[in-house]
Amino acid sequence: MKRLKLDSGTLMVNGSLAILSALTLFPLLWMLSASLMAPGEASTFPPPLLPAVPTLEHYRTLFGNQGLGRQALNSLLISVAATLLSLAFNLSAGYAFAKLKFKGREMIFRTLLGAMVIPGQVAMMPLFLMLKQMGLVNTYAGALVPWLAGVFGIFLVRQYAQGIPDDLLEAARLDGANEGQVFLRIVLPLLKPIVVTLAVLVFLGSWNDFMWPLIVLTDHELQTLPVALAGLSREHVQDTELMMAGSVLTVLPVLLLFLVLQRHYMKGLVMGAGK
Amino acid sequence: MKARSLAAWVFVGPALIAIGVFFALPVAAALVMSLTDFDIYALADLANLRFVGLDNYAELLQRPLFWQALWNTLIFVVIGVPLSIGASLGAALLLHSRFARFQGFFRTALFAPVVTTLVAVAVVWRYLFHTRYGLINYALSQFGVTPIDWLGDPQWAMPAIVLLSVWKNFGYNMVILLAGLQAIPEDLYEAARLDGAKRWALFRHITLPGLAPLLLVVSILTMAGHFQLFAEPYVMTQGGPAQRTVTVLYLMYEEGFKWWSLGSASAVAFVLFVIMFGVTLLQLWASKRAAAA
Amino acid sequence: MSSAASRPCTRRRWLKTAAAGAAAAIGLPACSPHRAGTLRFWAMGREGEVVNELLRDFRTERPDIRVQVNRLPWSAAHEKLLTAFAGDATPDIAQLGNTWLPEFVALGALLPLDARIAASPDIVVPDYFEGIWATNRIDGHTYGLPWYIDTRLLFYRRDLLQQAGHERVADTWAAWKDQLRAVKRVVGPDKYALLLPLNEYDPLVALALQGGEPLLREGGRYGNFRGAGFRRTLDFYLSMYTDMLAPPASSNEIANVWNEFARGYFSFYITGPWNIGEFRRRLPAELQDAWATAPLPGPDGPGASVAGGSSLAVFKRSQRPDEAWALVNYLSRPAVQQRFRALTGNLPPRRSAWEEPALRDDPPSQAFRTQLERVRPVPQVPEWERIATELRVLLEQVVHGDLKADAMPAEMDRRADRMLEKRRWMLKRASA
Repeated sequence: MKRLKLDSGTLMVNGSLAILSALTLFPLLWMLSASLMAPGEASTFPPPLLPAVPTLEHYRTLFGNQGLGRQALNSLLISVAATLLSLAFNLSAGYAFAKLKFKGREMIFRTLLGAMVIPGQVAMMPLFLMLKQMGLVNTYAGALVPWLAGVFGIFLVRQYAQGIPDDLLEAARLDGANEGQVFLRIVLPLLKPIVVTLAVLVFLGSWNDFMWPLIVLTDHELQTLPVALAGLSREHVQDTELMMAGSVLTVLPVLLLFLVLQRHYMKGLVMGAGK
Repeated sequence: MKARSLAAWVFVGPALIAIGVFFALPVAAALVMSLTDFDIYALADLANLRFVGLDNYAELLQRPLFWQALWNTLIFVVIGVPLSIGASLGAALLLHSRFARFQGFFRTALFAPVVTTLVAVAVVWRYLFHTRYGLINYALSQFGVTPIDWLGDPQWAMPAIVLLSVWKNFGYNMVILLAGLQAIPEDLYEAARLDGAKRWALFRHITLPGLAPLLLVVSILTMAGHFQLFAEPYVMTQGGPAQRTVTVLYLMYEEGFKWWSLGSASAVAFVLFVIMFGVTLLQLWASKRAAAA
Repeated sequence: MSSAASRPCTRRRWLKTAAAGAAAAIGLPACSPHRAGTLRFWAMGREGEVVNELLRDFRTERPDIRVQVNRLPWSAAHEKLLTAFAGDATPDIAQLGNTWLPEFVALGALLPLDARIAASPDIVVPDYFEGIWATNRIDGHTYGLPWYIDTRLLFYRRDLLQQAGHERVADTWAAWKDQLRAVKRVVGPDKYALLLPLNEYDPLVALALQGGEPLLREGGRYGNFRGAGFRRTLDFYLSMYTDMLAPPASSNEIANVWNEFARGYFSFYITGPWNIGEFRRRLPAELQDAWATAPLPGPDGPGASVAGGSSLAVFKRSQRPDEAWALVNYLSRPAVQQRFRALTGNLPPRRSAWEEPALRDDPPSQAFRTQLERVRPVPQVPEWERIATELRVLLEQVVHGDLKADAMPAEMDRRADRMLEKRRWMLKRASA
């Protein structure tokens, strides 16, 4: 337990960190504060930091006739579905690339790594046309498609799965388990940390995703929160406080999720970078 | 062995099929589409489609807006990437310092913007940047700086977006670099200190080389991300003022989904890919040279 | 919004997502929030907000028809409609800006309405303003029914104009410019006389339509910006900036347009009918007698303006065209149009709908009534919106000094010609 020494080094470093943290958190705190201000209060001079009389009317409006409630539900459903699907696809593929021998395994994996360099936007327009042919434009399925085709998740799982000792798997096979049982009963429990990390990464990524849902979900009823918020912001440029409430609504769930699971999230980041 | 091989294919099959159908195929299709004049007429009736070879690319190179977009994007990359990595490195060094306390709290606070939804915070920052009622100008005015029209002045619009981007993303690299710093063995520092090395020398000869591989990864990832700037201009400036915040991806979006010139838009996408690929190769080559030196 | 219809939908979705995972998700049905057999109607902005209210009587008249209104913001509406067309997800009826009609007709997306119009007792074609009706006629067929009009004319500070020594706005460009100069002398050097925002192309287009020459030549195959007509307009328009009569700013840089108008920062503003309501709402009470509207002056006499507005169109892929038509027909009745006007402030496209005290005795609206007899359509080619956007971009560059004014018409023609190239090819192919 270090003693709290107040020498210049401690003061400078922690002082800097405190100032930096304050500057970093300030926009988010102001967002919350402004969302509770009376209409028009934020656009006064000098700009206020705190509401004179806090009010929840903007949140009522958002869930009322502006109808962001529906969009919040869409975001939730799509993010959950994307997480589940991504986990299903990436866990099995990542494990296979790490521990199951099959022809061309290394070559295929290296091709996938190369594919990660291609920006996803290149594929967006033809993918849109393809989904149109399949009748999936303006559906939840259409919004989920890119999450099936992620390479990063496979890479992450493979990294982690390589750490599983082979003898464990061999022993299970000798006991008569088939590959499916080995995967479900032995591998998955061992992969639990990476499951949580990947789940957090995908959930955050799909909740915050903007460009693809903007393109593929045209019906206001089906839009996700970021898309609806962007549309709202173009129309309600003058209604600062209402927009802040919309932002709070969009940001709060992921911020809370992050606070609870931050260790896993950051671990995943570090692992992803350590190639 | 055979059964295991079959099982392996069952495991990787779904992912590979999904990647093949929903990624590889569209990318190939985009390449083909960029060689045609696919537009709204072709959307209505495929008979209106013409194969135009490299005309889309040639036409792009002659279009002033394309060069403007390229320039805008480059400014964002050239200013934004060093600032972002610099801030990340600085924050990581502060957190790693032996004087630092409450590291958990600070790390969370500094990382928070990374997980927020970009659209939501872009909306917030749009109000912070307001010429008259925005808190940024208000704070600056306390230091005697005249109000800047952040989002209306062609000179300041991109710097405003850089500011937002650095704030949003510096935490990401900070965490990665922090892990890298923690991986450098303490003994190296101890030994150097015993030899009388001062702080700057420690940084130059131990920290930087120790971080070098991670810094390379970070700079490649950050640069790639910066080339793909889209959401901020879409929400905050709609490409303006005077088209000064139109980026390459924004151009692609407008070309493709506003005007439905999909052939032209695909050409933009491929040009972007080639540029990013080239820059990445450049970085790898430069780092090899630096390592050899 | 039929929330009752979507509730069982949501439950179904929860079950599937929880139970099935991967395979089910790919085949997840497009759980659309409307029941089969509902008319889908897309409307924008304020109109979208009030349409349900407007349709209450329609629902009594036709209880067999269910209508679901989808509200789109104006800024995204054009994109959304095109995306919907590309994705085979168009509604049954949509409100379309009438400048968008040529585009959707070229796509083959809209149903021609001639036969239905002829058969409807509610629709009397001569009752509509000619310029407005013309925007809905493309290649000899009618594809939309005008819903409300939009045009641009002058909103101005009558009190400042009187201080400058004039009772009413002049009829010709030259005389009007003198008036602007007089007003500028009254308000002083750090204010202006007229607001011409650099991020809007409508004022420029409105004045360009007065030029006497079409903006595109040879049936919309080439740009005609090098013609004398457009050049005359351009010179006049640019002189407003160079003579310091208009600020070289976009409307975003003017913090709040109404506040600045009240402040006298500018005294003239070329804008549309929605501002009648906005001016009444946002200007202080003491200034309500100080503002007025006037039709646009022209080069040699009272000038024309742009025939804008929204129409109602039925999509060809609609499964229920007869019911869609019934709804469109209902909305075109003069009485319903008057109710629509009362709810939104939008001005009716039919002369008979103007015969009510609310409009007859309202001076600001009467200027619109006069102007409506002198409106002209913009070139009816699908590429027009794109060309108009380029016009705005080049205007901004000239005002900012990045492009020489003399070079602008030629550059505009070069860009317009490039944009029209595909149209030329298609016309050539069709005639071959």
